[in-house]
Amino acid sequence: MNRFSWFNATSLTLGFAFLYLPMVILVIYSFNESKLVTVWAGFSTRWYGELLQNDAFLDAAWVTLRVAVFSSTLATVLGTMAAYVLVRAGRFPGRTLFSGMIYAPLVMPEVITGLSLLLLFIGIGLDRGILTIVLAHTTFSMCYVSVVVSSRLVSFDRSLEEAALDLGATPFDAFRLVTLPIIAPAVISGWLLAFTLSLDDLVIASFTSGPSSTTLPIKIFSAVRLGVSPEINALSTILIGIVTIGVITASLVSKRAVIRRQREEQAAFQT
Amino acid sequence: MAQATKPQRAKAEAFAPWQDASTRPLIEFRGVTKRFGTFTAIDDISLDIYAKEFFALLGPSGCGKTTLMRMLGGFETPTEGTILLDGQDVAGVPPNRRATNMMFQSYALFPHLDIAENIAFGLRRAKIPKDQIAARVDEMLKLVQLTPYRSRKPHQVSGGQRQRVALARALARAPKLLLLDEPLGALDKKLRQETQFELMDIQEKTGTTFVIVTHDQEEAMTVASRVAVMDHGKLVQVATPDAIYETPNSTYVADFIGDVNIIEGAATPLGEGRYEIHWAEGATPLIGTTDEALATGAKVYLAIRPEKVAISTENPESRANAVPGTVHDIAYLGNISTYHVELANGAIVKAQTANTHRIARRDITWDDPVWLSWTDTAGVVLTR
Repeated sequence: MNRFSWFNATSLTLGFAFLYLPMVILVIYSFNESKLVTVWAGFSTRWYGELLQNDAFLDAAWVTLRVAVFSSTLATVLGTMAAYVLVRAGRFPGRTLFSGMIYAPLVMPEVITGLSLLLLFIGIGLDRGILTIVLAHTTFSMCYVSVVVSSRLVSFDRSLEEAALDLGATPFDAFRLVTLPIIAPAVISGWLLAFTLSLDDLVIASFTSGPSSTTLPIKIFSAVRLGVSPEINALSTILIGIVTIGVITASLVSKRAVIRRQREEQAAFQT
Repeated sequence: MAQATKPQRAKAEAFAPWQDASTRPLIEFRGVTKRFGTFTAIDDISLDIYAKEFFALLGPSGCGKTTLMRMLGGFETPTEGTILLDGQDVAGVPPNRRATNMMFQSYALFPHLDIAENIAFGLRRAKIPKDQIAARVDEMLKLVQLTPYRSRKPHQVSGGQRQRVALARALARAPKLLLLDEPLGALDKKLRQETQFELMDIQEKTGTTFVIVTHDQEEAMTVASRVAVMDHGKLVQVATPDAIYETPNSTYVADFIGDVNIIEGAATPLGEGRYEIHWAEGATPLIGTTDEALATGAKVYLAIRPEKVAISTENPESRANAVPGTVHDIAYLGNISTYHVELANGAIVKAQTANTHRIARRDITWDDPVWLSWTDTAGVVLTR
């Protein structure tokens, strides 16, 4: 069979064009000399230079980065704990309800998550700022971490933990010294996923951010409403780059871990 | 549980603490029951295991042997009854505070630590000075002959070596009691047999009490000082390997350990423990012996090992039991042959002979009329 038939080639081209053409155009125009977005006037990195002079954008980028680091770290800790309990606790009354409730935010419309968080923050009198965005992002990215980590824990050989206990480790030590190092790749890819999600988020951040804490996606969105400037194209290109690196790293980390784990466990438990 | 130890064994091996009433057992199970929901995994077991014993829990999968062992390790708690370890009730003592160590069926070696670190894991938890840990790790590596592999990861050594790492790791803390859960299950047959002797050697050297769980009767017979045969959460018989083989207390044990012919019949006492067993219409009754007093007509089973049944072409008048039949099948195993002989009532009785002559000189072949014979004490008369 000819793997590169006309039909296959066409499908592939159309599919990928559909997915990536808009981004390619954006990236190309970010190197445009002209101030007019739609008119090509030659190659230039001018707008990248101007972006670095723009304090408002740099501030927003700094806010976004901090929010992403804090919220993904917090989400990783909470998500790992939740996954551990749900996988390890076995059957207890309401287990299905609990696991369902952890994964519900995955399918919850972001507008609803954002709105309910906004109401909560107003209700308890919490001033909107970086803290509220961090909390909001933790809330919605924690379930992603939980999914990634629990899928690893399901295939984790329980007797490794029992062996640690048997050798005198406390349950906490058994987790710290045996479980965590072994599931670390899943935890890291969960963190990277949460980090990327936080970096991208516009909807929830716009509900929960305050005047002094504009994130980059909000900044871009509001700037675009005043007209698309080549600076925005440059910024977006940088963001695409960061997200791409994040996603590729996360998938490589978990893929390598899966391969290594399979090899090690097969080797370790079979003769 | 009846202890039927042959006197000659007691002479040959002085080690038999279970016969000495003044010895305090290391482990005492007292009326232990374990239920998982409605399923009873362990059904009212009372059992004593003595220090320095190599004790085997033997039974088919699902008989509760692993559960019994996991209760010793602290991974399961009894639903009813108590377990004493060295006189102390272990209820509520978590695994990390017990003077027991376990060797897991999967070995459960920590894949992210090298072999020396795996062995040191338990020692590190015990707050032992660093130089002593290092010395102990060296000692254990030497014991299991793995010193050259100390800095390899578990997946970089062979199955047999991993098995030894697991053993060294479990022994490093010098436990009072070592639990072995199917320790040789993952090894191929040759390696398994070698390792059985290694295990016995190490057990003797370290003087540790070993409790081993296995479904392999040969393994249990080889390594153990005593064997407990289990079925459906109950102990069927606890005895030395030779007693289990020679004087099983039930057809279940007789059938589980090795190969056996079981002939069902009705008993008639002849006096002095001898019984006639009427097993088929019109056939000469068989003669068997038992210490049990049986009423006339009691339903009994005569259990006789194939190697104790002689096969011949003519009726050996001198033997207490002789039955005619025809050769139905011959299983040639090289060193021995097993003849499947069909009796007049259709029952198949197996007779085993050592092939001391070359096969071309075998004078019995398929469909030949033959006589099977055995002495009155060769078989055991069982009532269940």
